[in-house]
Amino acid sequence: MSAGGGARTGREGPERFPARIIYTAAADLPAVVEQLPSAPGRLFLGLVVEEQEPPTPWHLQYWWAEPDSSWLVVDVAAQDPSIPSISAVEFAADWPEREAEDLFGIAFAGHPQLGDFVLHDEDFGESAVPMRQVAGGHGTTAAAGDAYRPPRIVEAPGGFLMPVGPVFSGIQESVRFLLETVGEEIMHAQVRLFYKYRGVEKLMEGHAPDRALLLAERVNGTQATAHALAFATAVERMAGAPAPMRAQMLRTLLAEWERIRSHVGTLAGIVESTGLSVPANHLIAAEERLLQQSAEHWGHRYLFGLVAPGGLTGDPGPAALGAMAAEAERVVSDVLRVCDRLTFDNSFLDRLEMVGVVPPARAATLGLVGPVRRASGAEMDFRRSHPYAGYDQVPPAVAVEVEGDGYARFRVFRRELEASLHLIQQLVHKIPAGPVTAPCSPGAGWAAATVEAPSGALTYWVRLDDHGRIRRCHIMPPSLANWHGLPDAVRDYAFQDFPIILATYGLSVADADR
Amino acid sequence: MPWFWEGMKSPIRTLSRRRPDQPPGVTPGRPVATALPPGATWNPGICPVEALQEDSGAIAVEFDRCVHCMRCQQPEAGVAWAYDYQWARQHTPPLPRAFQHSIHVRIIDAGDCGACLSEVRQLTGPVYSLHRFGIYVTPTPREADVLLAVGPVTAGMKAALREAYQAMPTPKRVVAVGVCALNGGIFADGFAVEGGAARVVPVDVAVGGCPPPPLAILDALQRVIGRGLARSGEVRA
Ligand code: SF4
Ligand code: SF4
Repeated sequence: MSAGGGARTGREGPERFPARIIYTAAADLPAVVEQLPSAPGRLFLGLVVEEQEPPTPWHLQYWWAEPDSSWLVVDVAAQDPSIPSISAVEFAADWPEREAEDLFGIAFAGHPQLGDFVLHDEDFGESAVPMRQVAGGHGTTAAAGDAYRPPRIVEAPGGFLMPVGPVFSGIQESVRFLLETVGEEIMHAQVRLFYKYRGVEKLMEGHAPDRALLLAERVNGTQATAHALAFATAVERMAGAPAPMRAQMLRTLLAEWERIRSHVGTLAGIVESTGLSVPANHLIAAEERLLQQSAEHWGHRYLFGLVAPGGLTGDPGPAALGAMAAEAERVVSDVLRVCDRLTFDNSFLDRLEMVGVVPPARAATLGLVGPVRRASGAEMDFRRSHPYAGYDQVPPAVAVEVEGDGYARFRVFRRELEASLHLIQQLVHKIPAGPVTAPCSPGAGWAAATVEAPSGALTYWVRLDDHGRIRRCHIMPPSLANWHGLPDAVRDYAFQDFPIILATYGLSVADADR
Repeated sequence: MPWFWEGMKSPIRTLSRRRPDQPPGVTPGRPVATALPPGATWNPGICPVEALQEDSGAIAVEFDRCVHCMRCQQPEAGVAWAYDYQWARQHTPPLPRAFQHSIHVRIIDAGDCGACLSEVRQLTGPVYSLHRFGIYVTPTPREADVLLAVGPVTAGMKAALREAYQAMPTPKRVVAVGVCALNGGIFADGFAVEGGAARVVPVDVAVGGCPPPPLAILDALQRVIGRGLARSGEVRA
């Protein structure tokens, strides 16, 4: 590997977790990143920051997923919090750097826009560095700063900026959009997230994994299984103790069940945004059916309290699994029937086709993930590229479309329902007998796990201290990557297309905000 | 027009008010006070948020703290579960009688994880069909009689929640939905979390659970208009 001056490479972590690590000095960082051998399909996952004891308190890990089932980590230890920005070379690092600057006070030299990101100026002020652990402590006492002012406003005759949110009509998560226009079309859109920032990663610190798990599940309650699975898998990798086979296969089944429910909800949102209330209601009712079945067979409508480090907390038995497979088939075929009727409805197609187009190359630059990325031509699916749980036994069919428009995204969500149903039907025959938990007592160290959540690549990075408690947890959620790419998709489209494009992205605010 | 016929052909999915036996899965249930067998030892540490306590030979449940981690639902935990959904508690009298047939609700996401909001969305969907009770979701604060808040109040949402309340005409009521909106829930200790809607606006009806199912949220809204009272026989002013 040709890397910048001073870089050395190494391997760390348990065997089941192949990560190639490049250690480098802060000054060489942009050169190292620029000279990484090209690998089409490499995906920037995020940036992990830790504050450790002096003399080199700053520890940063830049994470990529490689197309060959491994991970690539660029590891930097630095004496002071001034690190060169890599966002000019790796555009997907733009928001992760802004996040780290806000929470740790790291000045990323060369980044075009720092400040006011996670911690809104009107609530916290710039000197707050709440994630620092050694020096600076948990300080959030810094006085609130100025009222928020958009960083830019369109300068054109008749141009104006339309702020929307954070509170919307109806039932919407809180987020703010600043739409710049000179009339009909959106010239530029800004997304202001983190109104809902709860500081989940900070809340986990000092807790044992089984307590921190409760927080992981509630980062995004509608994809609780994916979050619990990523967290539990990271902890198990650290312990070197994978969950028993039956638990792994049941986790796979639960994850696919959750994907079906989540995708039905996303499809309902897309249909609703086009104003077709009859099919939208049909899909909302289908989602409720799945919620009821979740509670009937597993206890909780959103599958809280099931996946845990070491395995699963319960085993529903073969009858329930058969019933779930039958129910999944009933609901999915019902939803597919509605979707197929929609594909003959011109008023529906007109609003999705050639709208919100993200070409494949642009989707790669933005580092988009999940169904949204697959609708822009990439065969990117961590269930296949980096198998976890039981996916090596039941590799899923990956749905790819190339147009990158709203309709392509609709079709990917729709096709993934079929694929998930197929997986569930295979799984019920393949789940072996046996226990569903194994002891899991991890020692000090760090590990990470990436899963394919319903909305895309979700990575948990966990460091445990000598007592097996969370010292630092960093979550790299799929929605953050895709929110970052939303402005591209809406640029130059009309105002009335905005809610539709937004719906086809299937975004969660809670997932990104944490 | 074809969607109109499609709608006419589909079966009625709405749950009936008269059927006492609701389908399984409309509620996850909740832990309830359980007598301990004489001389039995029981470990309160099973609950990660100290919602369970041993009190003179019985397990007492402080449901306002429960985050539905489901750990005490395991049979070996020895805690009884009730599959009810009348979970709302009312702190103030309902709205005047004039509101009985129609109220407008404004929904504020003060930082929820998405699951509480999803349950509210289901409540307005075809299965629960909120508007058949004369309860409507409104986008305008000036029209709203009830403010429904979900999620712990984050630093970023504190001002928006307060402003939403202030913009509403009187009389008005606030319904806090989910353990987060009651006291911050699992996020209560967060540096970016105020903890509970009551820190910012006066709460009239509170419904715990993580998340409370649609029927529990419906129970809370009906209490606001004074319909929940007769059934439960509970009058608290
Ligand atoms: S379900 Fe509720 S009461 Fe039971 S252990 Fe969990 S948090 Fe405690
Ligand atoms: S009460 Fe539970 S479900 Fe509701 S917002 Fe809080 S964590 Fe999410």
